[in-house]
Amino acid sequence: MIEIAWENFTPWSALAGGVIIGLAAAAFVLLNGRIAGISGILGGLLIPNRNDIAWRLAFLAGMISAPLLWAMTANLPSIEIRAGYPALIVSGLLVGIGTRYGSGCTSGHGVCGLSRLSPRSLVATLTFMAAGFVMVYIVRHLLPGA
Amino acid sequence: MKFNLASLGAGLLFGIGLLVSGMANPEKVLGFLDLAGQWDPSLAFVMGGAILVGLVAFTVAKKRTLSYLGFEMRLPGSRTIDRRLVIGSLLFGAGWGLAGFCPGPGLVALGAGKAGALVFVAAMIAGMGLFELIEKNRVRH
Repeated sequence: MIEIAWENFTPWSALAGGVIIGLAAAAFVLLNGRIAGISGILGGLLIPNRNDIAWRLAFLAGMISAPLLWAMTANLPSIEIRAGYPALIVSGLLVGIGTRYGSGCTSGHGVCGLSRLSPRSLVATLTFMAAGFVMVYIVRHLLPGA
Repeated sequence: MKFNLASLGAGLLFGIGLLVSGMANPEKVLGFLDLAGQWDPSLAFVMGGAILVGLVAFTVAKKRTLSYLGFEMRLPGSRTIDRRLVIGSLLFGAGWGLAGFCPGPGLVALGAGKAGALVFVAAMIAGMGLFELIEKNRVRH
């Protein structure tokens, strides 16, 4: 049986944030004709001789400056990182390689791909979510000291 | 210039959305991925809200050859479901579940000045670089 953590459940801010993410992806495709896939935008910078560096950097700069602008007017929401540096390094490597092999992440496949009704993105999303569930189960419930 | 400005704005809005939704918080993400513990279903609502808006936008986008700013519509055309897609997504999901970060939230947490996010993002870029190296060698042989 699944036990729901009602005290952590924040449906309204989650929905509102989701709508804002959707608006960002909508603006990007309707204004620039591109998919707002973060791993693709970042990973594309590592392919040499590309002449599309400026807009990629602009998009990423926008993302990174979001918390900076936020912090000028209000308190930042909690960002709690429990994983230690070794786990963060392994996690980063897996996310970096995996998203490039799989051509996308939560934004490109999850948000944009599902919105496009792409069967490829549906398979990718179900796969990475399943892997995420399994990994958290292993780390939190199977490993000693969890 | 218009293209870069729209990119900057979309990135900023995306980052705000990640902050509002709770996605930028790895602990919140892990609460969603932890089905066997105390499950926090919030992130399903993030996906729901985003896809609700996305469905409308992409329905419009699919019918156009040029964007509203006059740029070429570049939507992915591939429909092949192959090993690369599945194995790549498995690796990504495993990394996501390990620390609670996917690429966007990692960048936002980096902007919030979190040292752990810097470590994650550096490793992620290294992983992407590794992918390019492997690909280059694969094509050469």
